[in-house]
Amino acid sequence: MQNILSVQSLTKKFDDFTAVKEISFNVETGSIFAFLGPNGAGKSTTIKMLTTVLKPTSGEITINGFNALKEQDQARASFGIVFQDPSLDEELTAYENIVYHAVVYKVPKKERAERIQKALEIVGLWDRREDYVKNYSGGMKRRLEIARALVHYPKILFLDEPTVGLDPQTRNSIWSHIKSLNKEKEMTIFLTTHYMEEAEAVADQIAIIDHGKIIESGTVEEIKERTETESLEEAFLKLTGRDIRDDNISGHKVGKIRGMKRRIRR
Amino acid sequence: MIEVIYVLWLRQLKHYWRSKSRLLGSLGQPLLFLVTFVFGFGSMYTKASGGANYLDFLAPGIVSMSILFTAVFSGLEVIWDRQFGFLKETMVAPISRTEIMIGKTLGGATIAMIQGLIVLSLTYVLGFRIPSLVSLAFGLVFMFLIAIFFTGLGLAIASKMKDMQGFQLIMNFLIMPIFFLSGALFPLENLPQAIYFISRIDPLTYGVDGLRGAIAGMSTFGIYNDLAIIGLLSVLVCLIGAMLFSKIEA
Repeated sequence: MQNILSVQSLTKKFDDFTAVKEISFNVETGSIFAFLGPNGAGKSTTIKMLTTVLKPTSGEITINGFNALKEQDQARASFGIVFQDPSLDEELTAYENIVYHAVVYKVPKKERAERIQKALEIVGLWDRREDYVKNYSGGMKRRLEIARALVHYPKILFLDEPTVGLDPQTRNSIWSHIKSLNKEKEMTIFLTTHYMEEAEAVADQIAIIDHGKIIESGTVEEIKERTETESLEEAFLKLTGRDIRDDNISGHKVGKIRGMKRRIRR
Repeated sequence: MIEVIYVLWLRQLKHYWRSKSRLLGSLGQPLLFLVTFVFGFGSMYTKASGGANYLDFLAPGIVSMSILFTAVFSGLEVIWDRQFGFLKETMVAPISRTEIMIGKTLGGATIAMIQGLIVLSLTYVLGFRIPSLVSLAFGLVFMFLIAIFFTGLGLAIASKMKDMQGFQLIMNFLIMPIFFLSGALFPLENLPQAIYFISRIDPLTYGVDGLRGAIAGMSTFGIYNDLAIIGLLSVLVCLIGAMLFSKIEA
């Protein structure tokens, strides 16, 4: 099996704080790879570096055979991303948002209309394409972002917490889309999530990051075996501890919330 | 390349066209300036200058003012894009940062030009007349260069700003002085040394002087000098902007 994504000793330092420390991993072509970790562990910082919006302090990233630091445009054309926070233009319609994407990703003009229609149909938004995004619900925005990320036929799709804040119906439908993309189009999926049962259900390979380091990786079975636990969630809690973390998006600050070290009851 | 620039440009025009309140609201200020200044200072100006008409002097200044404000705002819109997350979508795309800079500069400059043209037609209603079509053509060139320079400046500043917190600072300590010391409202003569110096390093001074030379036949530096200076500055600010954009981290 070939690796669509390969990361070597990736490090990111912010002033006096190291968010990601020398991490290395490979993602096999055609697999679903789950990247897990508590808040502030370094997940988003890593995704930002993988998707070329943040410069690493040191290390190598290879996406689809392209060096993500030197051959940025080829690497960028190889992946699609759904960010953790919304990244749609709310003053445009859904259709206009996707056309914008198709043009900046240089989708051939002849194929554009057809690809856009297909992507919108996959997520069930074709009938609502002329609506302004500001009139969309949270779940519809998420689905639109996924549809948008598919239009340029990425080899690998990054999903940073794609189902956060969504109802079970929408989560179900999003995961079934993701699984069918993976199966039918052989698209590699790289995802982060806080829902351990979701990761357990879909992921072929898992890596758990904490305090900027990868502390465990392998298949769900391997991880459960090594940690002697029954579920991924138990394994996760055993590996990363039960303290509540500070949630900080930029990754500048990280640490335990003082005075909040109480145990989470299950 | 061309299509990427076009779609960036189109997005900004759609934003502008769809917010009618912004379109109308931004006409209030130039109209207020035109009317109050012409009635307030008109007769004083005529006496002091020995018979000249203040509207002829003021109209190019107010057109420049509306272009200045619209252009800077359009540039600063990138900060909103950043806050609402849309900037990331553009920054992960496989396009050069120079294309992004060009598309956004042209988009903002087009909007500023439209705004300037609307104000120019308002001055016509108030009695301001441009002598010939050639003058008008020259005037449009200056309007466009002012628009390009200040959109580029807004974009360059926005690339360094994380949020709108610094907005007041930039308005009151950069954009307002640029406007008041550009000679848009009063002639830059008999000024104290310090003010004189600042007015000479103010880029808008040359834009206003050129525009006034072109459409009202009054110029201090000569319109070709003005053209060279504002043209050169526009190229420079775009280059700096493209450089700053290549360093943006979302």
